[in-house]
Amino acid sequence: MGETPPRSANAGTGGIRVAPGHGQPAGASARVAEAPVSTRTPGGGDLGGGGGLPRARAFGAERAFRGLTLAAGTAVLVIIAAIAVFLIAKAVPALRANTANFWTYEGWSPNDTAPEFGIGTLAFGTVLSSALALLIAVPVALGIALYLSHYAPRRLGTALGFLIDLLAAVPSVVFGLWGRDIFVNPVRDFSVWLNTYFGWIPIFGGDGPFGKSIMLGSLVLAIMVLPIITSLSREVFLQTPTANEEAALALGATRWEMIRTAVLPYGRPGIIAAVMLGLGRALGETIALAMTLGITFGISFNLIENGGNTIAANIANAFGEANDTGRGALIASGLVLFTITLIVNITARAIIYRRREFTESAA
Amino acid sequence: MAKRVDASNVTAYYGAFKAIENINLTVEPKTVTALIGPSGCGKSTFLRSINRMHEVLPGARVEGDLTIDGQNIYDRDVDVTAVRRMIGMVFQRPNPFPTMSIYENVVAGLRLNGVRKKSILDEAAENSLRSANLWDEVKGRLGKPGAGLSGGQQQRLCIARTIAVEPQVVLMDEPCSALDPISTLAIEDLMFQLKDKFTIIIVTHNMQQAARVSDRTAFFSIEKTGDPGRLIEYDNTQKIFSNPSHKKTEDYITGRFG
Amino acid sequence: MSTTVANHPTRPPAQPATLRARRLPKYAPPVIAAAAVAVAAAVVYGTSIGGPVLVVAVAALLYLAGLFAAANAVEGRRSARNRTWSALIHSAFVLAVLPLASVVWTLVSKGVERLDGNFFGTSMNNIGARDANGGAYHAIVGTLEQVGIAALITVPLGILCAIYVVEYGRGRFAFAIRFFVDVMTGIPSIVSGLFVLAFWVLVVSPVFNDGRPGFSGFAAALALSVLMLPTVVRSTEEMLRLVPAPLREGAYALGVPKWKTILRVVLPTALPGIVTGVMLAIARAAGETAPVLLVAGGGAAINLNPFENNQSSLSLFVYQQAGDASKYAPARAWTAALTLVTLVLILTIAAKLLARRNRLGR
Repeated sequence: MGETPPRSANAGTGGIRVAPGHGQPAGASARVAEAPVSTRTPGGGDLGGGGGLPRARAFGAERAFRGLTLAAGTAVLVIIAAIAVFLIAKAVPALRANTANFWTYEGWSPNDTAPEFGIGTLAFGTVLSSALALLIAVPVALGIALYLSHYAPRRLGTALGFLIDLLAAVPSVVFGLWGRDIFVNPVRDFSVWLNTYFGWIPIFGGDGPFGKSIMLGSLVLAIMVLPIITSLSREVFLQTPTANEEAALALGATRWEMIRTAVLPYGRPGIIAAVMLGLGRALGETIALAMTLGITFGISFNLIENGGNTIAANIANAFGEANDTGRGALIASGLVLFTITLIVNITARAIIYRRREFTESAA
Repeated sequence: MAKRVDASNVTAYYGAFKAIENINLTVEPKTVTALIGPSGCGKSTFLRSINRMHEVLPGARVEGDLTIDGQNIYDRDVDVTAVRRMIGMVFQRPNPFPTMSIYENVVAGLRLNGVRKKSILDEAAENSLRSANLWDEVKGRLGKPGAGLSGGQQQRLCIARTIAVEPQVVLMDEPCSALDPISTLAIEDLMFQLKDKFTIIIVTHNMQQAARVSDRTAFFSIEKTGDPGRLIEYDNTQKIFSNPSHKKTEDYITGRFG
Repeated sequence: MSTTVANHPTRPPAQPATLRARRLPKYAPPVIAAAAVAVAAAVVYGTSIGGPVLVVAVAALLYLAGLFAAANAVEGRRSARNRTWSALIHSAFVLAVLPLASVVWTLVSKGVERLDGNFFGTSMNNIGARDANGGAYHAIVGTLEQVGIAALITVPLGILCAIYVVEYGRGRFAFAIRFFVDVMTGIPSIVSGLFVLAFWVLVVSPVFNDGRPGFSGFAAALALSVLMLPTVVRSTEEMLRLVPAPLREGAYALGVPKWKTILRVVLPTALPGIVTGVMLAIARAAGETAPVLLVAGGGAAINLNPFENNQSSLSLFVYQQAGDASKYAPARAWTAALTLVTLVLILTIAAKLLARRNRLGR
């Protein structure tokens, strides 16, 4: 028998229709995969109805297995929905209790009897530190990726690429510890130097103390996202069709001109996606920033004085002494962070999907 | 414009593997020379060593002398990029830059060489596309991506891109092997026209094509797998295909091996 | 068809007059570098505005400028650009290697200090600020239990979800699942911690905990699961798609039902790749601090039961010791960090080697 039962017969309706040969539209999408099921359908019947016939049990197992996978797939949607629902449910009471404006108030005292807290400074710090980190990391990461893919000898490039992948796996708490204990010293010296000679520029002004500053946090963040961006863009650069590289060289291009004509334009969507994913990482980074920032409240562009704070770092720091409202306030700030990263990630995904279509149509 | 190519004792390696050995051959200006031979006989390697594209692959190197009108392109003080501008190359598979429009593809070489003036670029683009017999088909959509053309059109676009920088020699590495018969014919026609202006060297697997388009033919062969390719016979195309001097050449063109 | 080949009266602009090019001599770059260092040192020390680091920075800039100028004068603009970009790309590499090498060096040199039996055999229970002893036994146990439970939850769930997406799912619903798996990949770890805090610790667990919030290792495992799930789904999905169709069709042709084909033929074929993905997910989860900090509660004593009372983890231990005022705390923090990195890297390297050995369809 050639007929195929429509999917809805298995998934939706309660009892299994013993499908006689009527033309169902779902047959159009049927693949080879379904053939065994359909040949068994007429003899099989329902889960319980088929009795001890082996064929019936096979069909029942098929249904059960498919249901199991469907449940697992649905679980993902449930989890995402649950994240939104529970965060909102816990955030709302705290936001109600807030006596200050959540968007503009500069400070975080949700544990007081008259709770006052605002997301403004934290969101500002999050965006500022991530933007600075990317500003530093992206050019360097692209440089390294090009070095590994087009300058270094092939063996060395592969070996170093492997090493970069490993560095991308190092936990952030280790980078935080290093930043707090080791890297803070050169950064402090550098800050003092900047302050001495360039103190007239507001971002390098102030009277100290220096060190645990936005600059330290951003630099540590940059060092952390560097391996991720490098690893992704190196892969993109390696995918450049050799034919295009040779075409450029055969026109008399120098190596840099070949990279500019063939490699960079081809890799542009991939680079953008890599940068966006790096940005997502930077925005959500918690522990490394909680350990390296000065944790203050207030919007300031000063990069070198102790200070700076981000949504995630504040959650880690303020969680210990938070009461009920305090936890709610932190959850509310987490909700804002969730939204920001969601937007960044969806944008990145959209770019990747576009690129996938682009390369497939070109092939 | 067109120049004479002289190869003497050219030997090329891929790492430790010797791909061709002691090739001696002279190509006269404004002729079409075909390189034929069985797979793996080194004809493509030889072609790529004429514009120093062979050395792009890791571990690949060339020994011997290759001169263009008396200048050895393998001399130490020679600028590789100048060699490749003087000796253009068309590849087996059409390879227009996927992110560029038709127009940008054609003028890519000129732009690399610092030509910025729009009037010169426009004129060069039109001339090259006309020379490549592609102008009438694409003049209305010069801003569209080059990757949107058919295979044969793409290959003619690549030819236009190559001749836009007005090289002295044009190398073609099996330019029709990925194309249908009609596109192949169009490109063979094109070669006839182009030889008024350029020295053309073409690698081909198709012996009818070699017989149709070339003035002179070089037959390459190998003893067995792993041996370097050697030049067996080099003569006027008519002679090669009607009365070859070597038994091996005769066997090959009559289809007894290869 | 147009048959005329256009003729230019003048020499085309792209063609070189000669193949020969004047080259910068081999000794030029080092000479320029030496000159740059000399000038930089003279300027920096002459005005006494900085030390050796500034000399290097200024010298690097001077070298780039000098190289461009020299190459521009001798070889022309195109070659000068090529050389300068080459130098920039190489220096990007050096610039990034320095801090990363420093991280590795510090980690090893400071980490070995407390690499002793006491560290791996004891907890922080009753360890005062003046006590040089104390170890991470409780934290290691916590990490292993939490990651283990998280893996037990995510591996079946993730593989089933991937099977649905690849083998059964069609249309909008399957697309929505794929899309939201991608979205989940980008959820910050702290948000997953907050979610489990809001859902499990504060709402569900008090039900069987006399109304008190139930901080526990299991809660941490839940938070880690949220982070691991998308990684497991994505890598499994990719591997399932790589299983060649003839393999499936061969099984169907023998009359094997689809679910059996998937379990007996498709999954085993894709298994090495799936294991790689799971190991990478575990490696990432083991290094997470933020969610554990929010929902596991920490704690200094050994607690083998992940379902009750506070538990610590290696990464949380590092964070806590780093914030501790005791002069012995940093050494403990670094040794724990070294242990953690070793654990994570072993998993990562094993996963990558496994992936290299089994390249389905590549």
